Amino acid sequence: MSARVSAVPSTTAPSLSSRRRLGDRLGDGALHGLTAAAAAAAAALLIAIAWKIFDVAHPAISKYGFGFLTHQGWDVARNKFAALDFIWGTAVTSFAALLIATPVSIAIGLYLSELAPRGARTVIASLVELLAAIPSVVLGLWGILVLGPFVGQDLEPWLHRHLGFIPLFSGTPENAGILVAILVLTIMVVPIISSICRELFVGVPTELEEGALALGATRWEMVRGVILPYTRSGVAAAVILGFGRAIGEAIAVTQVMGAGHGIHWSLFATGDTLASRIAEQYAGAAGLQVASLVYLAAILLVISLLVNLAARLIERRFTYQRTGGS
Amino acid sequence: MDADTMQTVAPIEIAQPREAPLSASGREAVFVTRGLTVSYGKAPAVSNVDLSIYRNLVTAIIGPSGCGKSTFLRSLNRMNDLIPAAKVEGEVHYHGQNIYGDGVDPVEVRRRIGMVFQKPNPFPKSIYDNVAWGLRVLGMKDDLDSRIERALTQAALWDEVKDRLKKGAFGLSGGQQQRLCIARAIAVEPDVVLLDEPASALDPIATSKIEDLMHELKNEYTLVIVTHNMQQAARVADMTAFFTLERTESGGHGVLVEYDETPKIFTQPSDKRTEGYVTGRFG
Repeated sequence: MSARVSAVPSTTAPSLSSRRRLGDRLGDGALHGLTAAAAAAAAALLIAIAWKIFDVAHPAISKYGFGFLTHQGWDVARNKFAALDFIWGTAVTSFAALLIATPVSIAIGLYLSELAPRGARTVIASLVELLAAIPSVVLGLWGILVLGPFVGQDLEPWLHRHLGFIPLFSGTPENAGILVAILVLTIMVVPIISSICRELFVGVPTELEEGALALGATRWEMVRGVILPYTRSGVAAAVILGFGRAIGEAIAVTQVMGAGHGIHWSLFATGDTLASRIAEQYAGAAGLQVASLVYLAAILLVISLLVNLAARLIERRFTYQRTGGS
Repeated sequence: MDADTMQTVAPIEIAQPREAPLSASGREAVFVTRGLTVSYGKAPAVSNVDLSIYRNLVTAIIGPSGCGKSTFLRSLNRMNDLIPAAKVEGEVHYHGQNIYGDGVDPVEVRRRIGMVFQKPNPFPKSIYDNVAWGLRVLGMKDDLDSRIERALTQAALWDEVKDRLKKGAFGLSGGQQQRLCIARAIAVEPDVVLLDEPASALDPIATSKIEDLMHELKNEYTLVIVTHNMQQAARVADMTAFFTLERTESGGHGVLVEYDETPKIFTQPSDKRTEGYVTGRFG
């Protein structure tokens, strides 16, 4: 190409060859290379982590197979391991935490987006979000010092006295156990879900809200008839993200759940989740126990990835809805 | 039935033949505003408006951008309440009752005084549910289907949507969406319908349908329309109010310049500013 260009007298034709410095010209390529490498590294790391987890878990996977997921018991002395107790503990604590956190978070989101005095909105919103900034180990300590004793000595006896006929509230009150873990997890996920909800509610077009109010609807009717339906799938995605946070939490749960075994209907019983069992035992483990703990980690990893994927799918549907789908 | 006759109406010409000479003075005033001033923060958007709006007429509010015509319209059903910094002074009497008086519930005000907005704003629901929602909220649940059919027919939309009532409202064209919003507003049987530049986002054909509709609807409702389109005001309105922006040191605010029967505003305005605007020399 340069040969043909140079055939034209250079006095008349403008030069189209680059006049930038060499460094600048290399910059473009370097930027492309660096950013691509960073993106590739992130993807590669995910694969490397997953591969290593399944690799270390391999002895337990080949010994127990999928039966690991459906059997109970974790006996270090007899070298027998299974995951069902912890899957149960994870499911109960996470679902119950979401059950409490979802309505609370929606209420906070609505208050901050629709009802709170304008000046106070950002202040309260930042305070709620700061709750998410508390390190989980600190929250766990607070659970041991304050929440646990309150639950064991006041809340559980009260529930037992009035609602003891429900299996959930049978048994002996304890300062550590499933209920304390549920409450700690609730405190952790409320800021996440409520801040997403607030943004979703703020994002509802003013025209829609005005359209509802102009028909003679009250604020509550407008919230129920327009804001909540409009943001439904976004809220669902937020709840799923909160779920992902709850199932993965290890430290605070370890601190307050009491490292129990078995599957109990009573929320007063001690228990353990996948994450908290790994946190408790990994340091002193050996042999098959290590492989079994890492198998627990593999289960957790798969669930977390699926949960994240689900949140993404719902979010995409949500965007589609807002841009004109019906 | 209504819909059919309206479909065959010839394309709109300026200045439709009027029935009898109009005498607004003989009609019942639905709104009487006295010294109405609406401010956002400290700056008044529209200042000291005295205006009467008469029953079963179409009243147009025209004027250049920023003259406060939408602000004025939104003060008639307390929609400005939703804007935090908005402050209303003066009085708006609706059938003799000041809607800014003590003990007045803005929800009740809006229930009687409906509104159609500049941008079509159907709810993300089916066509049926868009109209049904207001009826359900207000407890008008008896005979829901026939109420919905009546409202959609009045809004000249029934024939176009009767086979797809359960489909999403977003599938409709802009003009259809706006007529759906009109149907939604009239389904709850308001007394007045306020229209805030209802056709400004629509193409000429959809616009003419909305204008036809206004001629029909004024038999049952009192209509107030804000428009930046003078021809539209000339075509649809019985009475026209001209607002303009009065410049002051601190910026400017809207004032009512002249209010009269539409032909008079457009042919023999008594104020020079009105004349300048309607003849296109200003605005």
